[in-house]
Amino acid sequence: MTVLLSDHRTIQSSEDVVAVRQSVRQRAVEIGFNLIDQTKIVTAASELARNTVQHGGGGHVTIERVEEGGRRGLRLTFEDHGRGIPDVELAMRDGFSTGGGLGLGLSGARRLSNEFYIHSTPGEGTRVTIVRWR
Amino acid sequence: MAQDTNLLRHLLEQDGAGIVQRWIESQLASAGFRGDRISRAELAEQSRRFLSLVREASAAGTTDIQSPVWANTRQMLEELSTSRAHQGFSPSDTASFVFSLKDTLFDAIKQQGGRDPEAVTTGLTDVGGLLDRLGLYTTEAFQRSREQVIVRQQQELMELSTPVVTLWEGVLALPVIGTLDSARTQVVMESLLQKIVETGAAIAIIDITGVPTVDTLTAQHLLKTVAAARLMGADCIISGIRPQIAQTIVHLGVDLGTVITKATLADAFAIALRRLGLSVTKAQTQVKRRRATDEDEQPVEREDA
Amino acid sequence: MERIAILKMGEYLLVTIQVDMHDRLAMTLQDDLTSRIVSSRAKGVLIDISALEMVDSFIGRMLGDTAAMSRVLDAETVVVGMRPAVAITLVELGLSLSGVRTALDVERGMDLLKARIKERRRSDGPS
Repeated sequence: MTVLLSDHRTIQSSEDVVAVRQSVRQRAVEIGFNLIDQTKIVTAASELARNTVQHGGGGHVTIERVEEGGRRGLRLTFEDHGRGIPDVELAMRDGFSTGGGLGLGLSGARRLSNEFYIHSTPGEGTRVTIVRWR
Repeated sequence: MAQDTNLLRHLLEQDGAGIVQRWIESQLASAGFRGDRISRAELAEQSRRFLSLVREASAAGTTDIQSPVWANTRQMLEELSTSRAHQGFSPSDTASFVFSLKDTLFDAIKQQGGRDPEAVTTGLTDVGGLLDRLGLYTTEAFQRSREQVIVRQQQELMELSTPVVTLWEGVLALPVIGTLDSARTQVVMESLLQKIVETGAAIAIIDITGVPTVDTLTAQHLLKTVAAARLMGADCIISGIRPQIAQTIVHLGVDLGTVITKATLADAFAIALRRLGLSVTKAQTQVKRRRATDEDEQPVEREDA
Repeated sequence: MERIAILKMGEYLLVTIQVDMHDRLAMTLQDDLTSRIVSSRAKGVLIDISALEMVDSFIGRMLGDTAAMSRVLDAETVVVGMRPAVAITLVELGLSLSGVRTALDVERGMDLLKARIKERRRSDGPS
């Protein structure tokens, strides 16, 4: 996989979440995603960015334009150094929430993306990566 | 030494008319000439036009046919490819048109070069290379236009097979024909929802009479479409469910939830009308007045204001 | 502090969300709406989301909670103008918004509100 472009943003507040949405929207438009694919990745980004603030104590996101095997895509990596997720499988279940939310953040982001990767170590932090291909 | 078009230009300026004449004659005399597909006059006209464009372009000096000075020539070859294709020629027939010019030009070069072998060789290489590239260009242009036709046909097929129809003001119908794969369902879904926004129809009937089989994925896609429409504020009715499909749905354990289903599109339409507070009634028959004395019927006379 | 404007039209409240809301703004809207329903004795709330290019689980929840709270306060809520891309994404996300009434546009939304309020009055019985 080749990385063509890379953006980095800190996510500390709910205003930053909005900024991430707008950045992702911009990149998605640049790559040429159709409207529905744009909306899906922006929504997934919103969920994950919010998680970073609420559960991760703040963190950052890397927005990358990638290319592999002739197809172009957008890869987002959300990283925080928060308390981590003790049971990832449980956290990925629809409806499970430790923050009083709807519990759709992780599972929803996965459904809205072509690829989804999560790595979390309790006490150290969490990293979630999603990819959408054009 | 870099290739250039100076020799070519020189030849065409010196004896353009002669060259064109000899070229036309050689094409007509060739074994491959299709007199049934193209008339002598048409062939002559195309040859003259091509040579005149080549003459113009060669004034600039470059043999790079992608450069702007060759644009008119390229365009003519594209048009020629397309029209020849319509006339039933193959792509190599059209390329041959360009290649056949080589013989005529090579003769002219040899005559011109006379006792200078190096000049002849250079001339042949330059002109040969140029015509080869132009000939290849015609096949590429042909290829491109075929691809465009295929893409356009695919698009039309997809659109034709899932038209969204307005049955009545506020009621849309989507008659689905054929199997619904993932990609197609997506297209169908999007066009239905878009039509809902455009027409402001609050009721959409998805008729699957023309769908032979339904698997879990298709059923899920349909249900997602219904759910999305509902979120927007429109209701969907699924009609045309054949007995086999009903069986499949139950066996697969697909939960239709609160989605209304009807056996026929007509039933679904009736429900839609009722929802809108409309009903269909019979029109009153006209009563013709008869004059007491006449046997013939007389139409009621109107006073035109 | 920035807030989203709430318009009063007789016994209806009308909100048009035109900005990309951050979570705090969404919560403020929810609070403002519930206060306003009480202070103006509103019977119907119309939320116009036709300008929203995205609705995520937080905003979806805000809409759902607002509808539920209004009902407790004796008011009906209708959300109008959801865009197709947003609707498709919400379904994929897994958000059903089952407790929220929706309509295609403001006009239809108002018709729906009026109808539901009438229904409620009837079922409430003579006062």
